Amino acid sequence: MAAPFDMDFGTPAVPGADTVTLEVDGIKVTVPAGTSVMRASSLAGVRVPKLCATDTLEPFGSCRLCLVEIEGRKGTPASCTTPVEPGMKVATQTDRLARLRRGVMELYISDHPLDCLTCAANGDCELQDMAGAVGLREVRYGFEGENHLKASIDESNPYFTFDPSKCIVCSRCVRACEEQQGTFALTIDGRGFASHVSAGMNEDFLASECVSCGACVKACPTATLMEKSVIQMGQPERQVLTTCAYCGVGCAFVAELQGDKVVRMTPHKDGKANHGHSCVKGRFAWGYATHKDRITSPMIRASIQDPWREVSWDEAIAHTASEFRRIQSKYGKSAIGGITSSRCTNEETFLVQKMIRAAFGNNNVDTCARVCHSPTGYGLKTTFGTSAGTQNFDSVQNADVILVIGANPTDAHPVFASQMKRRLREGARLIVIDPRRIDLVRMPHVEAQHHLQLLPGTNVAIINAISHVIAAEGLTDQAFINERCDAAEFARWREFILRPENAPEAVAATTGVPAEEIRAAARLYATGGNAAIYYGLGVTEHSQGTTMVMGMANLAMATGNLGRPGVGVNPLRGQNNVQGACDMGSFPHEFSGYRHVSDGATRALFEAAWGVPLDAEPGLRIPNMFDAALEGSYMGIYVQGEDIVQSDPNTHHVTAALSAMECVVVQDLFLNETASYAHVFLPGASFLEKDGTFTNAERRISRVRRATRPLAGMADWEVTMALSTALGYPMHYAHPSEIMDEIARLTPTFTGVSYDLLDREGSVQWPCNDAAPEGTPVMHIGGFARGKGRFMITEYVPTHERTGPRFPLILTTGRILTQYNVGAQSRRTQNNVWHAEDVLEIHPFDAENRGIRDGDKVSVMSRTGETVLSAQVSERMQPGVVYTTFHHPESAANVITTEYSDWATNCPEYKVTAVEVRPSNAWSQWQAEAEEFRKKSHTIAPAAE
Amino acid sequence: MEIKHLVHMANQIADFFKSYPEAEAIEGVATHIRQFWDPRMRAQLAKHFEAGGDGLNAISLAAAKRLLQKASTP
Repeated sequence: MAAPFDMDFGTPAVPGADTVTLEVDGIKVTVPAGTSVMRASSLAGVRVPKLCATDTLEPFGSCRLCLVEIEGRKGTPASCTTPVEPGMKVATQTDRLARLRRGVMELYISDHPLDCLTCAANGDCELQDMAGAVGLREVRYGFEGENHLKASIDESNPYFTFDPSKCIVCSRCVRACEEQQGTFALTIDGRGFASHVSAGMNEDFLASECVSCGACVKACPTATLMEKSVIQMGQPERQVLTTCAYCGVGCAFVAELQGDKVVRMTPHKDGKANHGHSCVKGRFAWGYATHKDRITSPMIRASIQDPWREVSWDEAIAHTASEFRRIQSKYGKSAIGGITSSRCTNEETFLVQKMIRAAFGNNNVDTCARVCHSPTGYGLKTTFGTSAGTQNFDSVQNADVILVIGANPTDAHPVFASQMKRRLREGARLIVIDPRRIDLVRMPHVEAQHHLQLLPGTNVAIINAISHVIAAEGLTDQAFINERCDAAEFARWREFILRPENAPEAVAATTGVPAEEIRAAARLYATGGNAAIYYGLGVTEHSQGTTMVMGMANLAMATGNLGRPGVGVNPLRGQNNVQGACDMGSFPHEFSGYRHVSDGATRALFEAAWGVPLDAEPGLRIPNMFDAALEGSYMGIYVQGEDIVQSDPNTHHVTAALSAMECVVVQDLFLNETASYAHVFLPGASFLEKDGTFTNAERRISRVRRATRPLAGMADWEVTMALSTALGYPMHYAHPSEIMDEIARLTPTFTGVSYDLLDREGSVQWPCNDAAPEGTPVMHIGGFARGKGRFMITEYVPTHERTGPRFPLILTTGRILTQYNVGAQSRRTQNNVWHAEDVLEIHPFDAENRGIRDGDKVSVMSRTGETVLSAQVSERMQPGVVYTTFHHPESAANVITTEYSDWATNCPEYKVTAVEVRPSNAWSQWQAEAEEFRKKSHTIAPAAE
Repeated sequence: MEIKHLVHMANQIADFFKSYPEAEAIEGVATHIRQFWDPRMRAQLAKHFEAGGDGLNAISLAAAKRLLQKASTP
């Protein structure tokens, strides 16, 4: 189909200010120097026939269809590989070119099935288009000769097919896998007539290294690589530009639909976060939105032992409001609160926190950032003055040294990882600090110069040692420090960091990393050119998570690696809108824009806008809410789009707290684990069903646009409005754009943001205000948001969680490419083909000592609980450290994690749990009981006649 | 809330600030608790302090005292 969002100019845009003017078919056009003749022609409005060229890939010059004639030159050069020159006169349509093109097409079609009318690509096939464009009317060679028409179809991948009979061996798929994705799973095997696209070592796609990002499918000009959904449903007839609802990369996508049904999701070429690339989740794993498990009717019940009863929206809202007011009258105003969702839009999280502050009358609001990147907010605000990362994603293209700490981008942020890998292939050098040998350490065309494989829990010791080397060896950027940082704080930090206890030799035993390796990594970071830090939850989810964030900020300031492209301190945030949820005032101590509730002027601003007095005291954080529930002072909670039973640590503690509450309200797409403990269930709307915005890890605000109707009749923002109104605090917004207008009025970093701006620019990065009307890709240029950068003293304090004879191993947890967070979405897709259960990765040494073989069921026990899952013996682990994911409720990784948490933010220490692992042949008692309770608690009573 | 949990939290905060000069460390802990702890948590800490402050380390003990003084200052 015509793709209005994605016009193909044939070859990529060339950056640069120098221009060249030429003539194409008599039309004058001025383009950047270095542009191809093909692209210049497209810009002049002249379409040159092409097959192997597309503007997301470097030109290849193989199909011989884009030939042109150039005045004064012999022959017919390929326009895709010929750069423009001043005064060049190009002819794209001559008799000679027509003959040549027709001849080329004739050869292609002689070995191509003539089943256009029944082909899935009918109407969206470049080969078909080109046959028409060149006026092909006959194939003189016939179809009886040797051909590939009977080649068998590979249907192994759950989302797309590979039909080699339709392949024209243009290499677009191979190049997309290399250039865009960087996996190198595909190649052209064989020579001449035998040449063919091969996945891996001539394996099927599923068995190969293919990561199902879909780049090859998007690049394919024929039906060779085709989405199964298109084969099943046919071509889409309308498009809606929106933003992915999976990870914090925030890829722009085009939802392609037939009526109200999504046919496919394709990455938007002009998306500023993803530049036309995608991963398996955003590209293919959207089927959850219409999964049979979706709950579309509100439900209530008196007790969690009762079956659910479907009710009208009016009854559910009135019941919830009544229960919350009853609890407040019995236990006090502060006895209720809520959790905003990092999966919902900015507008929706803003409304939930507004309802809690204005209608509940307290500040008991928190969000899932509590359990992931809250230390980022605290640490970066303290040191730089802003609770967010410093760079845009594109900044990585200017990095010379990339330091990845406690992050696994190829699994958790795959589209950004592809951009990072591209830069690494260009020659940037890589340092990885991680207890596991993550894929980035060594993969095709990428190899880390240094992998500091530290013991979990020793991040701060490592970062201090790196800074120690830099300070001791005179590698600091004194000019930057003098100009940009607080001198007294720096002097104090310098004295601290030079202490002998911070030397690499002093921390080698604690961290498990040889001193020389630390020294070498430090020297590379300080002297290798632009150095950029990228980090994830392996930094934050520790008892010293905030200290580590400050330690990284110290390191970047000490070396002057801030305030320009290619450098910075960059959190890779987990969920699609976790940055936005934080920006929107979801924390119990601050309003939108990170302003403390005790600040009188800020409070007065909100009180005037909202028309009610607001509490000046901070409210409860999520873990504090659980504690207060068990104590009896917190008895009602509204949880929007968050599964705290599965995602928060020490499941026993969480479920005990929820069981103690008198009204638990869950708003979600599915009856999740938390809903087992709920009294009210309010159906949620998927990202396809509503308007709004998400803010990604680079502070980029992007539009989410309604593509289909809300299955339950209301979008989430409408539900919150109804609840607030029922509580006696009416809200009247006709559209989420009006909510954004209110956010802009009340939030200094958002004053320039509006839906008009977003529609015009595509997306914008905050701060976006009078000082930066088009947003701020790179922060802290020329000065820090807080004025002078503040060095903080970051003493290493070991966690209280200790290994010992009973629990000799350290468990650390994480994520995998094909599943997302608690799996509520991705488990309801065919992504389960790749990851049907959570497994325990264990080093062969530890496995052998315990008589554990690959695939065995093993019991994992900690001081808080026990769970059973399958073992995967893996040398990615170091001896003494085991690893699992938390995507599946049945394996319940958080039954064994502890309540130890970050000193500043209470972010849980998911990354360090002392455990023992033993062979097992049965579920743990908890798992058996949870399964039974889940079944019972998810029962819905039959509708009354 | 379990007081031992609050004591642990206060001591953790003190462990961060202990590298700073004593007066600054005490003020840092007190300010942090005032900014981020819900009033019922602060009230429990204050009550525990008045009962002797068992388990609180020196810095968090001094910070709890500071909080109590500020709370009683009109």
